[in-house]
Amino acid sequence: MTGATWGLVASIFVASIVEFVEALTIVLAMGVTRGWRSAIAGVVAALVALVAFTFATGYALRTWMPESLLQLAVGTLLLIFGLQWLRKAVLRSSKLKALHDEEEEFAAQTAAARQAAANSRFGIDTFAFVVSFKGVFLEGVEIVFIVITFGLSADNMPAAIGGAVVAGILVLIVGVILHKPLAMVPENTLKYGVGLLLAAFGAYWAVEGLGVFIGDGESLEWPGGDWAILALLAAWVIVSRVMVGILPGVKAKRKEVVAR
Amino acid sequence: MRYVKGFGRFWYDFIIGDDWKIAAAVVLSLAVTLGVTLSGLVTLGVGTVVGGVLLLVSFMVSLVVDVRR
Repeated sequence: MTGATWGLVASIFVASIVEFVEALTIVLAMGVTRGWRSAIAGVVAALVALVAFTFATGYALRTWMPESLLQLAVGTLLLIFGLQWLRKAVLRSSKLKALHDEEEEFAAQTAAARQAAANSRFGIDTFAFVVSFKGVFLEGVEIVFIVITFGLSADNMPAAIGGAVVAGILVLIVGVILHKPLAMVPENTLKYGVGLLLAAFGAYWAVEGLGVFIGDGESLEWPGGDWAILALLAAWVIVSRVMVGILPGVKAKRKEVVAR
Repeated sequence: MRYVKGFGRFWYDFIIGDDWKIAAAVVLSLAVTLGVTLSGLVTLGVGTVVGGVLLLVSFMVSLVVDVRR
């Protein structure tokens, strides 16, 4: 494997770990409080829906979209996901938002599950089924988008799928052994790193994809070609660090103005 | 109707997320980049750099607006 392929696998692996850990917390909370049968039924239903969604999306992207439009669509999505993660990471690093804690999330989910009314259909607890389904499907769709976009753009779908599958198996094994949320995973740091990567790749592809509206519809070319991704990554690192430095001051100033 | 609303809510949460300003900043930056490039004010190569800079600046602005609320 080349360095680029290893980079691709590593990026998808890290992004997938974060998503799998979040899904595991939700399913664990439902399994422990409402019963494993309903929670696992929700997971299986979500996996079936995800497979159908992946085939439909992958086929549509590959068959109907010109390359530049594909880059614009997936680049914009990646950019929005990446910047949402980066926003949270910056706010957490500047102490303006509490750190994400899987144990707290688990406690909140189990408390909600205990209070929810019992409502069964076909022997399956509706609450546990729906919450598990939504958790796994939502986190799963993010993984699917990341795998499809990185895999198609790097033209190496097997490596992209491999990175996500290894992450999923790892989280599942550790989750089954420990039987509790994986709070030891440095989720906030990973999210910061993945946010930077998604923002860099997303910006690169989204801007290239604007070419679909210009002239012959070919993708735009960044000066320096693929090296521009590294320049973008460096720029996002600098911008995020600058924001971590100045945002507490902005908040304090705002509080002063409001207090007057 | 409840299912349609739920479906719409799912995709809104998925794409827009916690802060709509991020999505707005991205779409606005790309639209301005397209406008600048189509107008012929800059070459296509410079247009990509303009796009990158606009994305960085709009992210900073959206964060400042978020924190000042």
